[in-house]
Amino acid sequence: MAENTVRLKIKRQDGPNAQSRWEEFEIPYKSGMNVISAMMDIAANPVTKDGKTTTPIAYDSNCLEEICGSCAMLINGKARMACSSLVKNLEQPITVEPLSKFPLVRDLAVDRNVLFENLKKVKAWVPVDGTYDLGSGPRVTPQKQEQAYPLSNCISCTICMEVCPQFNESTGFVGAATISQVALFNDHPTGAVLKEERLHALMGDGGIHECGFAQNCVESCPKGIPLTRSISRVAGQVMVQTVKDIFSR
Amino acid sequence: MTMANPKIIVVGGGLAGLSAVIKIAEAGGNVDLFSIVPVKRSHSVCAQGGINAAKNLKGEGDSTEQHFDDTVYGGDFIANQTPIKNMCDAAPGIIDLLDRMGVPFNRTPEGLLDFRRFGGTLYHRTAFAGATTGQQLLYALDEQVRRYESDGRVTKYEHWEFLSAVLDGNRVCRGICAMNLRTMEVRTFPCDALIIATGGIGAIFGKSTNSVVCTGSAQSALYQQGAYYANGEFIQVHPTSIPGEDKLRLMSESARGEGGRVWVPRTLHDKRDPRSIPEADRFYFLEEWFPKYGNLVPRDVATRAIHRIVYEEQLGIDGQPMVYLDLTHIDRHTLDRKLEGILEIYEKFVGDDPRIHPMKIFPGMHYTMGGLWVDFKQATSIPGIFAAGECEYQYHGSNRLGANSLLSCIFGGFTAGPEALKYAKNVAKTSVEVPSSVFEAERKRQMEINSRLTSSSGTENPFRIWRELGEIMTRNVTVTRYNKNLIATDAKLVELLERYRNINLSDKGAWANTSFIFTRQLYNMLQLARVITQGATRRDESRGAHYKPEFPERDDANFLKTTKAYFAPDADEPRFEWEMVDTSIIKPRPRRYDMAK
Ligand SMILES: Cc1cc2nc3c(=O)[nH]c(=O)nc-3n(C[C@H](O)[C@H](O)[C@H](O)COP(=O)(O)OP(=O)(O)OC[C@H]3O[C@@H](n4cnc5c(N)ncnc54)[C@H](O)[C@@H]3O)c2cc1C
Repeated sequence: MAENTVRLKIKRQDGPNAQSRWEEFEIPYKSGMNVISAMMDIAANPVTKDGKTTTPIAYDSNCLEEICGSCAMLINGKARMACSSLVKNLEQPITVEPLSKFPLVRDLAVDRNVLFENLKKVKAWVPVDGTYDLGSGPRVTPQKQEQAYPLSNCISCTICMEVCPQFNESTGFVGAATISQVALFNDHPTGAVLKEERLHALMGDGGIHECGFAQNCVESCPKGIPLTRSISRVAGQVMVQTVKDIFSR
Repeated sequence: MTMANPKIIVVGGGLAGLSAVIKIAEAGGNVDLFSIVPVKRSHSVCAQGGINAAKNLKGEGDSTEQHFDDTVYGGDFIANQTPIKNMCDAAPGIIDLLDRMGVPFNRTPEGLLDFRRFGGTLYHRTAFAGATTGQQLLYALDEQVRRYESDGRVTKYEHWEFLSAVLDGNRVCRGICAMNLRTMEVRTFPCDALIIATGGIGAIFGKSTNSVVCTGSAQSALYQQGAYYANGEFIQVHPTSIPGEDKLRLMSESARGEGGRVWVPRTLHDKRDPRSIPEADRFYFLEEWFPKYGNLVPRDVATRAIHRIVYEEQLGIDGQPMVYLDLTHIDRHTLDRKLEGILEIYEKFVGDDPRIHPMKIFPGMHYTMGGLWVDFKQATSIPGIFAAGECEYQYHGSNRLGANSLLSCIFGGFTAGPEALKYAKNVAKTSVEVPSSVFEAERKRQMEINSRLTSSSGTENPFRIWRELGEIMTRNVTVTRYNKNLIATDAKLVELLERYRNINLSDKGAWANTSFIFTRQLYNMLQLARVITQGATRRDESRGAHYKPEFPERDDANFLKTTKAYFAPDADEPRFEWEMVDTSIIKPRPRRYDMAK
């Protein structure tokens, strides 16, 4: 193999019920290349390593700056964002597969709507009275802002769910991203008004007690969000709430 | 007669679309929200720097009048003034609202909102949340919309692409035709008013700072259905982007707002490590040429200065089209606190730490000032269709000031929402009463386009046509424009449209066929590229981002006019009209940044 080429092994699957297969590609290397730009080059000339004509690869992407959360996939076995996966840092052939814990749409595209549904369940919002002019918001110290900001950086990529051993059909676990949003909104001066409802949403099946503290989430988060800290904090709040519930029954 | 419960469709879930949805749902209306990507993944998340509002919290005597004047002046007087004034007046209230919604804006020690300086102003007027302001604003609005979705007021259609409007015999909008991006089903949806908030058009220039889905396809489809497209020739090229294989990543203006300095070595091929080059051997050309605004001149001015350094003075780093943007003199803690997000981008995608190494940057296509023509109520020229956000033309004239776009998106959405609801409540005949044949006709027209594409067995690869489109548009229709080249570009676009007819789709599958979808958008990109190119050809002057060396001056006598393009279906090309500009409040004066205005 010439050293100025890139080899990729990509898992293909035409649809949810189709058989999967592997295809190998060898394309010219360009400096600064990442996994998405490699797939863009394949789209412009969709031919496999063996010279067989194929179709462009289907995948989700949008911003290519690791901020929209679209392009999460398994690259060399690891869940990560394809746009920030620089080819020069990856061992070849680069294997690319879809995330494994979400319904497959096609090739590398999966359906991650479950996260948005979970965010509804825990009411991940600040319930403002209305959008009419009500003057400025609550005062916030810079320290408080510095606590909230990292949690608000979650890009909904679902990597924390993919790598979590507890996130599967039998537990129905909501996953770290959702719990961390509960931590964020429970801490907001106005958002706190829904704290109890959020904690109750995390109590039943698939709730926070499913967490097995494997720590995979915090290690894989592309945004470095302190997910385990959020989980511990919310777990504490759930415990207090459980006790309160007993006494107010 | 007013209708009790009209149906509104919003296409696009960036800041503009979500703002409109919130206003409608809050007023008790029902909304169907369509988006290619899940709305939380819209391009607005990319905005880094901040959002403008003259809250005057720094004791500088800033005012909404000043903000208004800066915006009109920055846009070189070609924008209608009344809507800009309304936007600037509303801005402080919008910031307060976002603050109440929980946006983690940066704070002063007293707990108040912090503000930074951006280009084209002398005031600290830009509120920001770390270096991810757009992401934070979009999430706040997304959360409010999710709340309304839980209440059943909003229905989301994500992974659906708007293809066209359904127009009745009187050319009034009665619904939309859309395609499911997974099942590829083509379907029509009735509505009593439609709001288009589909964002930018970066993909027409191949590589840009925009996101992948910013193709302008929806705007172009509407233009081909009879909507006016205004001021298409005004394209903003951001002075500081990071060249990349797949896209140009933005290095936000906030890097300069926080003290970043642009320079090149005074002599070409200076082989020294930039850090060891002494001050005397560095050419801080923006500071020397524009002493008053320095590194914070508006974008068009900075971009042309960098082009001049690279192409005329031959002083690009190592002879390459690149200059330094230097932050290394600022202490690490300040950088991390205020700019961490954008510095991470550089680190991640280039591999160098900008806290230690000066960054290498070059201008990149960034934003369209032009867009669908709208009136002061955000209504397009097709009855029943409104537009808001980057897809319309109203607020930025010939050059947008940094941090004014997020504001115009939210303000535009906040205006379009209630106006669309009002229109829908008073429309003479509701969409339910429109005969189904009207819908079926549009669906059939779109299905025919689809089957033409899948049955075409030519030789052209759509992605290669796209690359050629991007290359010629970037070369001839961005920073420096010559009529000879513009005419050649239009001829090339005609050739590309011809070749498009001979396309070969390697994937003819009927499930989640992304290259099919892209190929469909490509056609609309080519049509809109002609509007941009021909608009530029016609404007024989230099104004804001539009610069013609053959006509270096602004020419108010002949060109203080809005360009309005409309599609001539029989000729398959754009036609043009001019419209007078509302300069009722501030009299046009020369725009200069080498001195205070
Ligand atoms: C890198 C970068 C940084 C920026 N930083 C700043 C900044 O600091 N301050 C500032 O003021 N501005 C900034 N801007 C500009 C600003 O981000 C954009 O102008 C603004 O976000 C556009 O918002 P929007 O709501 O109009 O569109 P978008 O956020 O682009 O949303 C468009 C929506 O339309 C949908 N859509 C598009 N086409 C279709 C279709 N055919 N069918 C269905 N749905 C469709 C998309 O899915 C998406 O939901 C920046 C721009 C870039 C590129």
